[in-house]
Amino acid sequence: MSERVAGVIAQFEDPAALLKAAERVRDEGYKKFDCHSPFPIHGMDQAMGERRSPLGWIVGGIAVIATLAGAGMQWWTNGVDYQFVISGKPFVSYQAYLPVTFAVAVLTSAFVSTFGMMALNGLPRWHHPLFESEQFKKVTDDGFLVSIEATDRKFNVEQTSAFLELIGGTNVEVITCD
Amino acid sequence: MKLDDQTFRLTDAGKLGMIALVIGVIGLVASGIGFTMDKTQFFHSYLVAFVFWTTIGLGGLFFTLIHHLLHPIWSVVVRRIFESIMVTLPLMVIFFLPIAFMGGLSELYHWSHADAVAHDALLQEKVGYLNVPFFLIRAFAYFAIWAVLAFLLYRLSLKQDDKHHPELTGRMMAISAPGMVLFALSITFASFDWLMSLDPHWYSTIFGVYVFSGALVSVLALIILVSLSLRKTGKLKEIITVEHYHDLGKLMFAFLVFWAYMAYSQYFLIWYGNIPEETVWFAHRWPGSWKMISLGLVLGHFVIPFVLLMPRKSKRTLPFLGVMAFWMLIFHWVDMYWLVLPNLHHETVHLSWMDASTLFGIGGIFIWWFWRTLAAHPVIPIDDPKLDESIRFVNH
Repeated sequence: MSERVAGVIAQFEDPAALLKAAERVRDEGYKKFDCHSPFPIHGMDQAMGERRSPLGWIVGGIAVIATLAGAGMQWWTNGVDYQFVISGKPFVSYQAYLPVTFAVAVLTSAFVSTFGMMALNGLPRWHHPLFESEQFKKVTDDGFLVSIEATDRKFNVEQTSAFLELIGGTNVEVITCD
Repeated sequence: MKLDDQTFRLTDAGKLGMIALVIGVIGLVASGIGFTMDKTQFFHSYLVAFVFWTTIGLGGLFFTLIHHLLHPIWSVVVRRIFESIMVTLPLMVIFFLPIAFMGGLSELYHWSHADAVAHDALLQEKVGYLNVPFFLIRAFAYFAIWAVLAFLLYRLSLKQDDKHHPELTGRMMAISAPGMVLFALSITFASFDWLMSLDPHWYSTIFGVYVFSGALVSVLALIILVSLSLRKTGKLKEIITVEHYHDLGKLMFAFLVFWAYMAYSQYFLIWYGNIPEETVWFAHRWPGSWKMISLGLVLGHFVIPFVLLMPRKSKRTLPFLGVMAFWMLIFHWVDMYWLVLPNLHHETVHLSWMDASTLFGIGGIFIWWFWRTLAAHPVIPIDDPKLDESIRFVNH
């Protein structure tokens, strides 16, 4: 069984050091890296150069389609395909379409938000090579770690390990997986 | 305009107050001339202007109450602004006097004519509620509630500026809890009395909430505009940051959706039920160019701002947010106009110069009074326990 490199991790002293490290890794041009800490660190999003999630625009676009679909469904079923007089109103009574249209749009948006969020986060997944590392377990207690994944275009085992050490990382460890 | 960096008082309040006062006086004088020319038109225009500015004041009261009840952090920096808007409420009682005692009731309200009631079985049933003495008692009770709440809360708020008084936050909360109940009842019945009884046969239980939702949109719009105008003083840029505007924009967005929800709920049930005594109200708002106003409200008070304010960026681009706030204020006026004027001009929309003169007349005095209140004290609550946190507030 051949083992391949999944990434490199390094520990940092405290939240401030982790924040600095995140900036250095970002400025070095790495994209597929992550910072791990026992608690949220203020300003980490900017330090890591995270852009805003595109989820809102995805949900917005699909909500427009769902709105049209919700209204269109009622228009087609009751206004065209199976005309039926309800409380003396015209066959096409757009006033009555709104509650269902609204509900379809909201329901669809809720599903797209939830599952879109999971998809963009790479969920669901059952395991990650980082979990093999003993020192990574400290992240739920007092560990502040940076991980750089091997799938990053700039990744090179020696150079990346040296870089992490250069910016103040300790216990640099190469993570492998089967 | 200049702001003192230490006391956060406006050392130079600029010309706004003076300009507003001049416009107000000119507007009121012109309206007075209008009163002598055409009382019926005058009182209808006047009622629109009166409810437009009063609902904004009520929005300020609501915002103050909810602020004290929920202990939010972000809104501490703009607290003085909505408190000063609230303090215009005692002033509005003066503007109610012409409606009450100068013939406004008989011009506006059909039910106040004894001979009309005598021939109207429905009005006879309602006479226990819709009669002149009880109407006036109620109106002054509403003003008493609003004035007392505004006075108590504003006084405590100023007291907190003097020394370190964190315990006053709790006192203001204790007043706000029963105050909120009184507020909800008074704004509901005030809208029933002043606006819904214009068409005394018609009734809608959601009407009070509808007026309330418009009041909230417009007060948020005014808070945004006032904060933006204070930005010119420089120092306040670092206190009321883009994060706070983002929140104000979000709430304005939320409440214009709430307005649409109320408007639609009212319309939908009446449309579905299709009972003449209910549909008559919408039937009055459909002939001629009234149709344009009715549909224009749907677009201008909901659809257009809903789409434009949805992206995060539009709420964080301050000039754009300012334009949208002004837009919402215009449509709040259109909304009030749409509630009142179909009772006078049945055939079609018929604009009168008195619509403008009363709006600027009451508005000028409103803005002058508001600006005077705001400039007389620090423009931020300098000893609020949560002020530092509020300044540092960021959205995620």
